[in-house]
Amino acid sequence: MQSSIEERLTKKSKKAKLETFGKSLSFICIAFIVLVVISILYFVASKGIATFTQNGVSIGSFLGGTDWNPSGKGADGQPLVGALPMITGSFLVTFLSAIVATPFAIGAAVFMTEISPKMGKKILQPVIELLVGIPSVVYGFIGLTVVVPAVRNVFGGSGFGILAGTFVLFVMILPTVTSMTIDALNTVPRHYREASLALGATRWQTVYKVVLRSAIPGILTAVVFGMARAFGEALAVQMVIGNAALMPGNLVSPASTLTSILTMGMGNTVMGSLQNNVLWSLALILLVMSLVFNIMTRLIGKKGAMK
Amino acid sequence: MGVKRLIQAGLIAGVAFSLAACGNKDGSTSASKEATEKNEEITTGSITAVGSTALQPLVEAAAEKYQENHAGSTINVQGGGSGTGLSQVATEAVEIGNSDVFAEEKEGVDAKALVDHRVAVVGITPVIHKDTGVTNLTKEQLIDIFTGKITNWKEVGGNNQEIVVVNRAAGSGTRASFEKWGLGGAKSIQSQEQDSSGAVRKIINETPGAISYLAFSYIDDQTKTLSIDQVKPTEANVATNDWKIWSYEHMYTKGEATGLTQSFLAYMMSAAVQDELVSKMGYLPITAMKVERDVDGTIK
Repeated sequence: MQSSIEERLTKKSKKAKLETFGKSLSFICIAFIVLVVISILYFVASKGIATFTQNGVSIGSFLGGTDWNPSGKGADGQPLVGALPMITGSFLVTFLSAIVATPFAIGAAVFMTEISPKMGKKILQPVIELLVGIPSVVYGFIGLTVVVPAVRNVFGGSGFGILAGTFVLFVMILPTVTSMTIDALNTVPRHYREASLALGATRWQTVYKVVLRSAIPGILTAVVFGMARAFGEALAVQMVIGNAALMPGNLVSPASTLTSILTMGMGNTVMGSLQNNVLWSLALILLVMSLVFNIMTRLIGKKGAMK
Repeated sequence: MGVKRLIQAGLIAGVAFSLAACGNKDGSTSASKEATEKNEEITTGSITAVGSTALQPLVEAAAEKYQENHAGSTINVQGGGSGTGLSQVATEAVEIGNSDVFAEEKEGVDAKALVDHRVAVVGITPVIHKDTGVTNLTKEQLIDIFTGKITNWKEVGGNNQEIVVVNRAAGSGTRASFEKWGLGGAKSIQSQEQDSSGAVRKIINETPGAISYLAFSYIDDQTKTLSIDQVKPTEANVATNDWKIWSYEHMYTKGEATGLTQSFLAYMMSAAVQDELVSKMGYLPITAMKVERDVDGTIK
């Protein structure tokens, strides 16, 4: 009798065993994900750095050069791998589309949370969710058949360029930014609104001075998320931007983004050659930028957290 | 000329000899020798052909027919581009690498280890938007347009319309062939690029003043082609090399082909494929060519 009590107290119970099992299972899962992320980071980084270590391209001429022709050589014998046109193109379409999309997103979000929540939930929310689900190739195809000719007729040029890319990306990131802004507005406590109204503020004053003000960190996070999506979008942009590795002189001349040059060059280069390595370097820039966007949202979240 | 050819013949013989010498050591050739001695083709197993998207439809169609006739064989055909095809076959990741260009022309590929099988010829023609008012250009005018010296169609006798140059992606086989044979080796200016022939055709048909180039297989009723020096881009003119802008479609193997690969490549050259499939898919059968051209452009 005594021994069985001792046994029960010292030995692990069935439930404790189950808990250890569960713990180790979830640990294995998370370890696997971390491993995958680390190996992708390592792979892209080691490949991307090869341009500078193996092929002897200087980082300055890669980031600051404006001549892109990896299979040709410049006057100084160095390969022409200036990535500035693509970097500029990527940032331009990203910022422009975010600037255009943000007012629309905030307006829609205010309508759906403050003015007509019922209609917002029933009709607008599903519409916006549907927009998120449309594949990017569909956006690109519409862009090519509708946006490009429209830009050509209204603004001149061939229609391909930063402007067409901005329009397509605007539609693509709008749902992301809108639905995240809605979430941000919904987290504003109800008693803020009540207090504001009790003080005699009108609805517009409440929305503008109380709700939007206190939701600023959330709205900024939404915008940055939208920018991250715009920056990484490849297919739709590639179809409408024209893919010319030139510094964009104006908004309607063909330009290029990091992603568009990457997708165009992939199949035509040989693994291990300089032409292939520079593409990995472009991929590395994309990866670093998505990391930057990620850190930005974290910082915004931390700094602007409501007290 | 004769001396050059002698040297070439000597080189080829030397390479073939050394390849044979290498092959004997690992014993793989003895197996295939047995097979050939028994006069029996190996038609079972699985091989993969990867590379050029221009050649992909033809190889796919041929593979489908081959598999119908030979049960137990699996031939996977994938795209990926000429560069992918050449690098994959060079590392022996796949059995066949499809390419629009000679392996010698691609940087980073050891061409000596690869064996070339030319299965078809594809003609390439400049294409323009229908409202330019131009039907013929001299070769010099074509070069000047693509190098940016001529920027308006009225300079070559057309309408007052700005020229919009549309290129394929740098490194694409069609672009490489067009620049080599159409522009006399000149490099096209930086301009907008598209990564597929289908996209080029759509843009050419819709953008006023646009000029680009397409393989014959992509030409339809809506696309307008250009004559160069009064020579029309027709298959008959390609066969006699009067139309200079054409290229071979290559299927490369690492070393001599053996087994199923050998059998499939032989099928690609058979009348069933060459006479029916090849022209149906918009290519020219290799057997119809009246001339032969090597990597340096020497015509035989």
